[in-house]
Amino acid sequence: MMELLGNGLSLGHYLALGAVLFCISVAGIFINRKNVIVLLMCIELLLLAVNINFVAFSRELGDAAGQVFVFFILTVAAAEAAIGLAILVTLFRNRHTINVADIDTLKG
Amino acid sequence: MDFALLAFFVFATAAVLSAGAVISVRNPVHAALFLVLTFFSVACGWILAGAEFLGIALVLVYVGAVMVLFLFVVMMLDIDVAPLREGFVRYLPIGLLVAFAMLAEILLLIGVQARMAVPFGIDGAEAAGVPNTQWLARTMFTEFLLPFEVAAVILTVAVIAAVMLTLRRRVGVKHQNPLEQGRARAADRVRMVRMQAERPAAADRQDGEEG
Repeated sequence: MMELLGNGLSLGHYLALGAVLFCISVAGIFINRKNVIVLLMCIELLLLAVNINFVAFSRELGDAAGQVFVFFILTVAAAEAAIGLAILVTLFRNRHTINVADIDTLKG
Repeated sequence: MDFALLAFFVFATAAVLSAGAVISVRNPVHAALFLVLTFFSVACGWILAGAEFLGIALVLVYVGAVMVLFLFVVMMLDIDVAPLREGFVRYLPIGLLVAFAMLAEILLLIGVQARMAVPFGIDGAEAAGVPNTQWLARTMFTEFLLPFEVAAVILTVAVIAAVMLTLRRRVGVKHQNPLEQGRARAADRVRMVRMQAERPAAADRQDGEEG
């Protein structure tokens, strides 16, 4: 069991954590496909999982570029969250629902 | 197993469990709070890996700003959760199937077992003999200066877009128009009229009594 867990903090641990979080958030998108708020949260979780990989590789390769890239991803994710929530508020104001199934105007 | 590895497992377990709670709890407020816990645990994991600045930035930016924004929106909207939960049970099996298949494939592909055997080498910042923040800043403000400026522009555009999207022009409400106020000139407010000087009526009567 001890050998399975490794004998020190390593790249594999972080990649495994990133993969697990990524899969959890993909499953979240599948099962919460009506609730826009939880969908937005799942997207944040996806970006976090990717960021874990960047940080781990930055540490492994001793290259600061990975961590700088995480910084930019955080920036874009914050912008995305702000605009996504603004769209959500506008949507709720106009339609009084956030159910994805009710938002089918473009379907005709 | 050293202390760092043990701490990593504690944080990773907390992160995975709370991420599972994010996608499965009924109340969106609880989901947002569990997402905060996930972010915090992952930030601790990053600090363990030597990315101190990013760990703190994640807590400050995400837990401090983005998640509070989420909580505001969730609490502001009066959401009926029941219809949103429809299909939860129906899509649960396929969701779990896809997630587990993807997880197995990713773990197989990156060879996690082999990667775990070799511990991290010496930290890049430590090798350079500077703190992590300084190490990061040197790269960011030399090689990545232009992307850094572009990131600032992206944030500004996002702020303007968010304000424009949620700005509501109410009709029938009295409010000031700063543009009109700034453009106003003295001639719009006061009109100077040229006329003959007149004696006040009271003064006239007084003159008559004396005379």
